[in-house]
Amino acid sequence: MLECYRVLDVSDDKGYFCGKLLGDLGADVIKIEKPGGDTGRNRGPFYHDEDDPEKSLYWFAFNASKRGITLDIEKPEGRDIFRKLAGTADVVIESFAPGHMESLGLGYEALSRINPGIIMTSISGFGQEGPYRDYKAPDIVVRAMGGMVHTVGDPDRPPLTTSYQHSYLVAAAHGAVGTLIALVHRAATGRGQHVDAPVQQGLAFTGHMEAQLPWLLRQVIPERHGRKRFPLQLNNGSLYYQPVLWECKDGDIAFSVAGAAMTASYKGLRECMVNDGIDTGPLDKWDWTKDNDGSWTEEEVEGILNTLGKFFSHHTKSELLQFSLEKGIHLAPCLSAEEALQFPQLVERGFWSEVEHPELGESITYPGSFVKLTETDCGIKRRAPLIGEHNEEIYIDDLGMSAGELSALKQDAII
Amino acid sequence: MERKPFEGIKVLDLCWSGAGVFIINLLAHYGATVIRVESARRPDPIRHVLTYTDYSGDDPHALELSPTFAFTHPAPKMGLDLNMKDPGAKELFRKLVAWADVVGESFPTGVMERLGFGYEDLRKIKPDIIMVRSCGYGHTGPMAQQAGFGMILSAVCMMYSLAGWPDRRPVPLSSFYSDQLSPLLSMAALVAAIDYRRRTGKGQCIDQSQVESSLQYLAPVLLDYTVNKRELALTGNKCDYAAPHGIYPCRGDDRWVAIAVCTNEEWDSFCRVVGNPAWTKEPKFATLAGRIEHSDEIDSYVGAWTKDRAAEQVMFMLQDAGVGAGVVANSRDLAEDVQFKHYNYFREADHPYQGRANFYHPPSFKLSAVDADVGRPNLLGEHNEYICKEILGISDDEFAQLMRDGAFD
Repeated sequence: MLECYRVLDVSDDKGYFCGKLLGDLGADVIKIEKPGGDTGRNRGPFYHDEDDPEKSLYWFAFNASKRGITLDIEKPEGRDIFRKLAGTADVVIESFAPGHMESLGLGYEALSRINPGIIMTSISGFGQEGPYRDYKAPDIVVRAMGGMVHTVGDPDRPPLTTSYQHSYLVAAAHGAVGTLIALVHRAATGRGQHVDAPVQQGLAFTGHMEAQLPWLLRQVIPERHGRKRFPLQLNNGSLYYQPVLWECKDGDIAFSVAGAAMTASYKGLRECMVNDGIDTGPLDKWDWTKDNDGSWTEEEVEGILNTLGKFFSHHTKSELLQFSLEKGIHLAPCLSAEEALQFPQLVERGFWSEVEHPELGESITYPGSFVKLTETDCGIKRRAPLIGEHNEEIYIDDLGMSAGELSALKQDAII
Repeated sequence: MERKPFEGIKVLDLCWSGAGVFIINLLAHYGATVIRVESARRPDPIRHVLTYTDYSGDDPHALELSPTFAFTHPAPKMGLDLNMKDPGAKELFRKLVAWADVVGESFPTGVMERLGFGYEDLRKIKPDIIMVRSCGYGHTGPMAQQAGFGMILSAVCMMYSLAGWPDRRPVPLSSFYSDQLSPLLSMAALVAAIDYRRRTGKGQCIDQSQVESSLQYLAPVLLDYTVNKRELALTGNKCDYAAPHGIYPCRGDDRWVAIAVCTNEEWDSFCRVVGNPAWTKEPKFATLAGRIEHSDEIDSYVGAWTKDRAAEQVMFMLQDAGVGAGVVANSRDLAEDVQFKHYNYFREADHPYQGRANFYHPPSFKLSAVDADVGRPNLLGEHNEYICKEILGISDDEFAQLMRDGAFD
């Protein structure tokens, strides 16, 4: 869909995902790395655990659907070449510390003088402006300041960040959306613009209902409740935190006793519980065709939760999934990677995508299209580039450099 | 005034509950004309969410009182209240499809088809329509008709397995994680489709499975399994590239600071800030690898230093020295955060039944050439008459007849 657009991606591991999404939608995304390879190539996990810049699985995952060239934009000659490339491009994606591109003379204002239609998308921890703009923003820090740490974890231990760090992906995805809106806007105005996508704001949106509303409405500060989260309201107005995750025979499932989900689930749940010989009395006294939130005492809620907990603990994840499909119960198993790979719905939809890596002598299974489109295919167009893989294609074929010029630039470590 | 990005784009919004609404909100923030089609008899379930209110149960405007609904619909839309069982209402809807460029919906698969408004039906009315559909598991396959709620789907999206201590079971990161992360990707596809239609005249259908979109974020975790057969291990607050790296106690009740010392240079700065005590000079802490290996010990030293200081003070001291540190923001900290204030992230708006509130927020990115329109949500059926008469050109008599027939819910 986006084949007519060229994107220059000078981001590091904080911004790769933005260009990957545009590439999956068809844009010509050129990943620009410093000679020798981007620092993000050092981020694991690695193919067969071999710590090699050509074998980072993080790199593979988020630089697929891009071509790759090397260029040192810190050197004046490199900047000149970058300016030439920017003249051919629609979008530049960067994730340096705010102000760094300006210090190189490659900020939005400078590039828009070369190419008024250029769109620059900046992925950063706190944004391009404001009092925290220059703060160091490693994942755990910006996640904490975005409100996504304080309520996570058990009350008897410190709050938790994630074991798989992915906060910057949220800003990169927002950045991709902002970039596309800017492209639509450009069609009307003829002008590009600067898209500022801070992780802190991305996370604020991600946790907004739980983290922000309680204070803004009631001056309530939610705390940590472990595997319990979304609160029910008791008939005395106080809040009761219900489990989101429930233990079953071989792992965890997610289930909620609140609202529409329970309305739809009750009948099927009851049938299954009766088959198990479980006393469903604590559930049966409620009219589940309506939302009972706010009507119950603590004891009544606990009776309901204990009854449900007993039922879940009798069964495996796959049994419970089967019940949910047969009887329309709103529950879902927590999948491991292995289980996700075999999950029938994903397999049936052809979600998993085999991507050839000729230099590794094999193909690797990737998550495939993020949406299905009737008009075109949205998914991985090519595996992530090797270091400098498309130098000749871009510099000679596109920019019209001679082979001699290219090799001179290589000797000077510009490329 | 400068043109807005989606000025002239006309949208019918049937999205409800969580994920889907965020897709269409975006169009409304940036200038699209959006009609939100609802039903008072089968209202959006979020209109029932009255947590943190004093609702007493007998207000005739109960469906307008949910702050959660207002908070998740901070974009200007028009409200149309249709009883889709009424033939007149269906005919109205058909006319609106002919008017629209985009139709968005987030029902379980089959609902739109049963109404006679599946993608093929819409295309017959408007050949270049863009339909964006979001549901839990996608619109084909054995689970296509299974209803999905973000709170539950996040499990299948592997998003409830990302945080936890090595000696305990994983804990959820939020209650609706995939509801917020997945729509970003269908938004990207939708905006691309709008641009593609402008260039080619072709519409299309976007079929989103919340699970398939969400799993994109997990790609390295999934590749680690497909290549190395390794499942994600829970590591508490530790990581393999920094130490100290953790959440440390501060002065006050439930106050914490996040600190990450990633390089030797940052380590030197960190040591200076804490006053170069003897422990910082121990040879085993001289290298990053050594600090990571002995991170439990380091954590106890760091915690002993932070615990008598305010979280804000630790953040300022370390950030001034170029070391990553931040207050573990609770809900109050977020409301008072100076960076959010700088971006005017929480905005005030009046609501006829909820009064003035300050939780309406723009999208989480800033465009330099255009500000987002932010405001209260539409009321149920708020613009029935305007939409019928001004947009569709229906006469006063016809409109009165539709009212009598029960076309509006």
